Amino acid sequence: MAQRQSGDVILDLQKISLHFGGVKALTDISFDVREHEIRAIIGPNGAGKSSMLNVINGVYHPQEGTIVFRGKPRHEMDTYQAAKAGIARTFQNIALFKGMSVLDNIMTGRNLKIRSNFLLDAIYWGPAQREEIEHRRKVEEIIDFLEIQHIRKTPVGRLPYGFQKRVELGRALAAEPSILLLDEPMAGMNVEEKQDMCRFILDVNDQFGTTIVLIEHDMGVVMDISDRVVVLDYGKKIGDGTPDEIRNNQDVINAYLGVAH
Amino acid sequence: MSAVNEAARSDRERLDTFPHLMLHHARVRGEHPATREKDMGIWQTWTWQQVAAETRAMACGLSLLGFKRGDNLAIIGDNRPRLYWAMCAAQMLGGVPVPMYQDAVAQEMSFVLENAEIRFAIVEDQEQVDKMLEIKDNCPQLAHILYDDPRGMRHYNQTFIQSLDEVMEMGRIHDQKQPDLLDTEIHQGGSEDISVMLYTSGTTGKPKGVCVTHAAFIAAARTGCEFDHLSAAEEVLSYLPMAWVGDHLFSYGQALVAGFTINCPESGDTVMTDLREIGPTYYFAPPRVFENLLTQVMIRMEDASNIKRKLFDYFMRVAKRCGAEILDGKPGVPFSDRFNYALGNLLIYGPLRNVLGMSRIRVAYTAGAAIGPDLFRFYRSIGINLKQLYGSTETCAAVCLQPDGEIKFDSVGKPVPGVEVKIAGNGEVLVRSQAMLKGYYKRPDATAESIDGEGYFHTGDAGFFDEDGHLKIIDRAKDVGKLANGAMFAPNYIENKLKFFQFIKEAVAFGHDRNMVCAFINIDMGAVGNWAERRNIAYSGYTDLAAKAEVGQLVLECVEQVNAELVHDGMLADSQVHRFLVLHKELDPDDDELTRTRKVRRGFVSEKYAVLIDALYSGKASQYIETQVKFEDGRTGMVAADLKVYEARTFPVVRKAA
Repeated sequence: MAQRQSGDVILDLQKISLHFGGVKALTDISFDVREHEIRAIIGPNGAGKSSMLNVINGVYHPQEGTIVFRGKPRHEMDTYQAAKAGIARTFQNIALFKGMSVLDNIMTGRNLKIRSNFLLDAIYWGPAQREEIEHRRKVEEIIDFLEIQHIRKTPVGRLPYGFQKRVELGRALAAEPSILLLDEPMAGMNVEEKQDMCRFILDVNDQFGTTIVLIEHDMGVVMDISDRVVVLDYGKKIGDGTPDEIRNNQDVINAYLGVAH
Repeated sequence: MSAVNEAARSDRERLDTFPHLMLHHARVRGEHPATREKDMGIWQTWTWQQVAAETRAMACGLSLLGFKRGDNLAIIGDNRPRLYWAMCAAQMLGGVPVPMYQDAVAQEMSFVLENAEIRFAIVEDQEQVDKMLEIKDNCPQLAHILYDDPRGMRHYNQTFIQSLDEVMEMGRIHDQKQPDLLDTEIHQGGSEDISVMLYTSGTTGKPKGVCVTHAAFIAAARTGCEFDHLSAAEEVLSYLPMAWVGDHLFSYGQALVAGFTINCPESGDTVMTDLREIGPTYYFAPPRVFENLLTQVMIRMEDASNIKRKLFDYFMRVAKRCGAEILDGKPGVPFSDRFNYALGNLLIYGPLRNVLGMSRIRVAYTAGAAIGPDLFRFYRSIGINLKQLYGSTETCAAVCLQPDGEIKFDSVGKPVPGVEVKIAGNGEVLVRSQAMLKGYYKRPDATAESIDGEGYFHTGDAGFFDEDGHLKIIDRAKDVGKLANGAMFAPNYIENKLKFFQFIKEAVAFGHDRNMVCAFINIDMGAVGNWAERRNIAYSGYTDLAAKAEVGQLVLECVEQVNAELVHDGMLADSQVHRFLVLHKELDPDDDELTRTRKVRRGFVSEKYAVLIDALYSGKASQYIETQVKFEDGRTGMVAADLKVYEARTFPVVRKAA
């Protein structure tokens, strides 16, 4: 595979600490994300990986630390602002509208891009119609990209798990994000589904130039597709580097395999 | 210069090669849709004029890359418009398109690429490009790979890989500057040139390239069009493998002769939806497709509410009784039946045809394998004019057709005008016509073997003519054998009977030189799975489901029913199935057990599973087996199972007093 070109740092997390009451979820974590790279966050269960993603897109507000996003330092993100600024995500537990079709679900990802007002939409006239067609075109591109044409009109609740995950990725892509946060995109998939998903993630990164931050448990996948990996354990950062560096990091090995006391 | 103009003018009258036909349609029905493809959820249309322009651009582009008269062009991919146009583009330059099965693994392709000395390949997408790269070392002559779909191709920087877009753009500019160059090339093409090379899948041995001339293929297409009065107004859905002669005849040959519209589905998975949207008027499918459709209908009917199911059952009985006769316009159907059928048409058959996407069908054909009479009757009885045709790659799929109103469930119809058919002493069907192969590519030995001195082609099928002059095909001539007691044994005949049951997907019968007939059965995962769920039978996968005692019982009932029918089949009454087993894995082309057109490779299967055959004939009650399976991505795995052998009830044969 050709080497990807990573660009400048677009997201820099500095000394982030997050606690819920007395429970420390994240302690003093710093790492950065460069443009166009695939950045993985790994760690044992409860290490704080999902909390980290939630800090990035503003669901959780850290008590300490600074987030520098596109050169602008701030104390915390705001979900709406994050989405507006081009950060999209998928969830560990699928969060789709089960009764709606694949098409409609992905269309919801266009929500922020829709400019026409409610009244015009209601009568589907003029600019509203033109806009809808434009959005539909974009959605169709995503459907084509993810190879889910045959389930375009199927209600999401009837689809197998692997496809639901794909639809969720589709919805995130519909927002045309510059950063895509993926929370365990391959959990619960079989080998073939994982392969497909890996290919889609690499293609998204390659074709749309999207920066990707992902949490994943499958080490094979992580080591294969990511450019840099950050390792968390008990809310602390214990490693950061290329897959090769991580593989040889003694702290990481200890965290995963345990260490004699 | 004037000579060239003269040539171009005289070419206007010529309709004897496919490129001339295409230019003809561009002139006489330039605005008529020629090709459609569903893309981004919308049907995109190209008129004949546009198609001709695109094809010219492709031809010029190819020529700039060095493609020249006599070259073979490999075409690999799903049914995409530009791949169809590529065939004509190659023909414009006097080259020969070689469509190949797109689902074949790289190693299988390597043989054809080498054998046909392919220098140019036009492929659909990254997947196929990767396959080409995998075998490129074995095929050093392969110099240009052009791809249609640019997705994922950004990082392929080898110079011999180019996008078709780019090449066509080059060609377009070139054609505008010097249109005469291509016209001259087209003019040089003659009707006796090879128009296409189709590799036979070959149930035995290596594939052979069947070379067919423009004249032969156009003759085959024209006969079919005249026979069924096909006009430029037909709509067809092109979804069968492009390498199959059936698709080539139907989506390329006949489309260019009659000038009708071909529609390419969005993807392999959307065919059913696309079929419904297009509503083709002319349809062609191997029996397997019709079988799958029926299985799906039956599964869905099982899920339907009680009242719907009762209605369906009632009217299907009516249809079975009189539907086919009404379709044929035969006299003697009582008024009450006609009334019932009309009501059924309103309530059941019409909506069913609509769901199947067959509301507008005028003529539908099935070929490629024998179709079960009950399956055939089902479609005809709900008002779909399904007919059988008989032919092979070597005979351009045009030997026998069933004329309207003369449909018999167990024959393949009458020889079409211009085709002579006779039966050899050993029962083999021999064919002589204009629409025949010129020869096998680089295999004069094989050509001499199959075409005799009088010009008859030996089909390898065993058959006979019935009293009305309809041809009946029993089996492959080499497969027809004898039981130990001397009775005739036609494995295909028995297998087809078994396969008609929705629960049985594939069957392999053994019996040559044996004292009884035994069989392997493959269950249909969809139908049996649904059946099992309904009965609360838990299973973890194919192997587990196939091993269930209940499933064995289900298959046993099917086998015994076949035995009961075979008793009445005269010379085949001794072929009742005595013992059988349900295979633990599906027979699969990737494991070489089926051909790419999904016919059982009998010899290979009996070798591979010799231990199971021994178990069937030695009276064992069960047999342990481990089998290697190949996955789609080329990796391998093992499946193991302890297979139970079932004994089926057989029925005493009532011999007619001599």
